[in-house]
Amino acid sequence: MPTTSAELVAAARREVPSVSLEEVRRRLDARAPMVLLDVREKDETRAGVIPGAIVLARGLLELSIEQKVPDRAAPIVVYCAGGVRSALAAKTLVDLGYTSVESADPGFVRWKALGFPIEVPPHLTDAQRERYSRHLLLPEVGEAGQAKLLASKVLVLGVGGLGSPAALYLAAAGVGTLGLADADVVEASNLQRQVLHATSRLGRLKVESAAHAIRDLNPDVRVVPFAERVDASNVDRIFEGFDVVVDGCDNFPTRYLVNDASVFLKKPVVHGSIFRFEGQVTTFSPATGGPCYRCLYPEPPPPELAPSCQEAGVLGILPGVIGVLQATEVVKLLLGRGAPLVGRLLTYDSLRMKFTELRLRRDEACPVCGVSPTITGYLDYEGFCGSR
Amino acid sequence: MTTTVRVPTALRSLTGGADEVLCAGETVREVLGELERRFPGMRARLVDDKGVRRFVNLYVGDEDIRFLGGLDTRLDGAAVISIVPAVAGG
Repeated sequence: MPTTSAELVAAARREVPSVSLEEVRRRLDARAPMVLLDVREKDETRAGVIPGAIVLARGLLELSIEQKVPDRAAPIVVYCAGGVRSALAAKTLVDLGYTSVESADPGFVRWKALGFPIEVPPHLTDAQRERYSRHLLLPEVGEAGQAKLLASKVLVLGVGGLGSPAALYLAAAGVGTLGLADADVVEASNLQRQVLHATSRLGRLKVESAAHAIRDLNPDVRVVPFAERVDASNVDRIFEGFDVVVDGCDNFPTRYLVNDASVFLKKPVVHGSIFRFEGQVTTFSPATGGPCYRCLYPEPPPPELAPSCQEAGVLGILPGVIGVLQATEVVKLLLGRGAPLVGRLLTYDSLRMKFTELRLRRDEACPVCGVSPTITGYLDYEGFCGSR
Repeated sequence: MTTTVRVPTALRSLTGGADEVLCAGETVREVLGELERRFPGMRARLVDDKGVRRFVNLYVGDEDIRFLGGLDTRLDGAAVISIVPAVAGG
């Protein structure tokens, strides 16, 4: 005698205890241990879920539940729209060996009508789900992480050797807003390493050339161009609204200015610098207790000891390695994942093909981030660096 | 005591292109003395009358000597000194 669907539901409801919405609300408010499992379909959960719920459509329940809820003793409350699918899903969980499963009665439709709290999960379009699918597969990124990247604002200072690969990968990764600051135009001698630019765009502003390439790569990204050299008069305006700064500029005065601004404005700076065959990467985050650029190098070298890449040359691939390391740091900071290079200087020697990690310490006597700072406003950075 | 000194690109013109040199010395100061004898001009690039110049860092192992014993930091066993200058290129 085949079972009717009504009998199947009734059997599930007999086997799995139900829990009222008021009780779920009480546990939620009391932050009682509870795994809320929303088994509705994607087009239903898009409009909202109970805060903190794990969204796992019933069709994937058996396949994915062990990954989402590895603990079989976890107190699980399953819900759907009206309480039918949740009863069946809860029964499945019991069959899979979960020992503390309840089904909410009735479900989300009533929850919303009662005016109980809901949250709208990050929403990616179908095109975005396709584009970022390799990120979505990583539990460390996932849909929530990708939505975070799309909502993030990163400022790339210098759209040259370091800024090119950094901006390119950040754009590909779906960082939603990229500020690009550079006053220069694309020159033929840039193209040996500045992979964001192209022969067809020689003579155009670098920020325009970069915006063109980024638009073509990923239309999700909004480019905010600053076709100006960052200086003490505009740094506050340019930094405003950005979450993280990528320092890929090419001179000491700007390095010190960027550092001081980032200390004053409490923004993390992912620093990269290169010379001939060698590069350095670190993340300065004095606002969270790490050292700043002045802790590392209190003073710039005199100009005669500090030849630029223009004077001394640079292996074209080198900024690719360093810039991509910077982009990696940025994405980790935005996602809140992994261990950033705060308090660690990574040096890279491309000839020896060696990475070395050195410890950086916060200098209590640092004139800008130390215990009693003496630098509390912007300086004459050209004068400080002896470059005029 | 033999110490390996890692020489950055910027100073390799002084070491005839060598990226590493071996030096004898019980302390960083003694190693710098030998460096200067073998590669004249090196010392001035690294220290002045106040100590290590402020745009260069000297590390013994992974630690900045500013946070160890400065130029008197003792070198034990197979120490490695890394010379890391500020570079600004981008």
